[in-house]
Amino acid sequence: MSDHDHDHHGHHHDHDHSELSETELRVRALESILTEKGYVDPASLDLLIDLYEKKIGPRNGVRVVAKAWTDPAYHARLMKDATAAIAELDYSGRQGEHMVVVENTPEQHNMVVCTLCSCYPHPVLGLPPVWYKSAPYRSRAVSDPRGVLKDFGVTLPDATKIRVWDSTAEIRYLVLPMRPEGTEGWSAEQLAELVTRDSMIGTGLPKQPDGTA
Amino acid sequence: MDGAHDMGGAKGFGPVVPEPNEPVFHGDWERRAFALTVAMARPGGWNIDMSRFARENRPPEDYLSKSYFQIWLAGLETLMIERGLVTREEIEAGKVLSPPKPGVTPIAPTEVTPAIRRGGPTEREPKAPAMFAVGETVRMKDIHPVTHTRLPQYVRGHLGTIELNHGCHVFPDTNSLGKGEDPQWLYTVRFDGPELWGKDGDPTLSVSVDAWESYLERV
Repeated sequence: MSDHDHDHHGHHHDHDHSELSETELRVRALESILTEKGYVDPASLDLLIDLYEKKIGPRNGVRVVAKAWTDPAYHARLMKDATAAIAELDYSGRQGEHMVVVENTPEQHNMVVCTLCSCYPHPVLGLPPVWYKSAPYRSRAVSDPRGVLKDFGVTLPDATKIRVWDSTAEIRYLVLPMRPEGTEGWSAEQLAELVTRDSMIGTGLPKQPDGTA
Repeated sequence: MDGAHDMGGAKGFGPVVPEPNEPVFHGDWERRAFALTVAMARPGGWNIDMSRFARENRPPEDYLSKSYFQIWLAGLETLMIERGLVTREEIEAGKVLSPPKPGVTPIAPTEVTPAIRRGGPTEREPKAPAMFAVGETVRMKDIHPVTHTRLPQYVRGHLGTIELNHGCHVFPDTNSLGKGEDPQWLYTVRFDGPELWGKDGDPTLSVSVDAWESYLERV
């Protein structure tokens, strides 16, 4: 990370801290009001948080990708009806009710954004990272995706077509990255180590067989 | 509405700054604000389109200066105040000042996992045949609703190609107003870079949005 990035980042956090105490107090007070009024059960809130911190995350999507790379019949089902194929691995529900998988090829690279809010396929990727919800990504992904990829340290060949999917409805998109060369004979478990979250959004590529990015 | 949330193509926001090893939540208040928002939807009686409108329907300077979960919190407060679940005075005072609204049942712990795993599918049975076919050229309508819409400004008036047909889905523009689901055919419409961004637009780029039938017109 460059010094510039680091400074920018530190500044962002300082900014958050100056507002944190007021917001934190407001959330605490709101939770106690809603609990006292009988609208929420704090045990349900704990369970929700636990689900999204421990069970629903990019490791789910990693399994989908690794299986698609190693099982041609599964790959075919995934491309035909992604919602059903992903449910085979027991991932389904909120913000993944209607899934479409888009496959990268040497000719075309896919990238997913939600310019209007933060739509993201939760059952396979979890909650979106801050950058995905941020103004820089939402504004530039559709007009300057090569510039955005540069921010992630990714450069594609000039001839590669870039296809950006703006999730403006309830269809959720998962990118199926290209299987890295030199992984012939690898098991799904070994391949899973190479799949990154960003490679399933389209802002990154899988790691190479030697573990480098 | 043409608000600050509709960001596609806007300039001047600077670089994307990824955060290495980012946690799911930054601080405990984000955890609680997220969980409260998810847990209040059913007892509160609003749908996802009403939630989205409550978050985006604010002055640009407010939308752009709040963090993501601060916007969620503000949206939640709006939705609850509108329905008489809490009062503005209670939120500002941080304590209960009025009796609860009767008949509001919280989500029980046993309901949490099943509800998340079920989600809220939006596909509905079609009532009429689809107007457009895959491969057809269409124009996005140049409309500017003052209420909630999922038609981004950067594609309005532009020519695109129908690429996918997703069946009939709940229409956010009416659903956000409590005026019914009005299910409509939903299509993925693909645009070339120069069509959206002019002659200097990246010719290797294509962008799609998902568009309900009433956002489209024949050419």
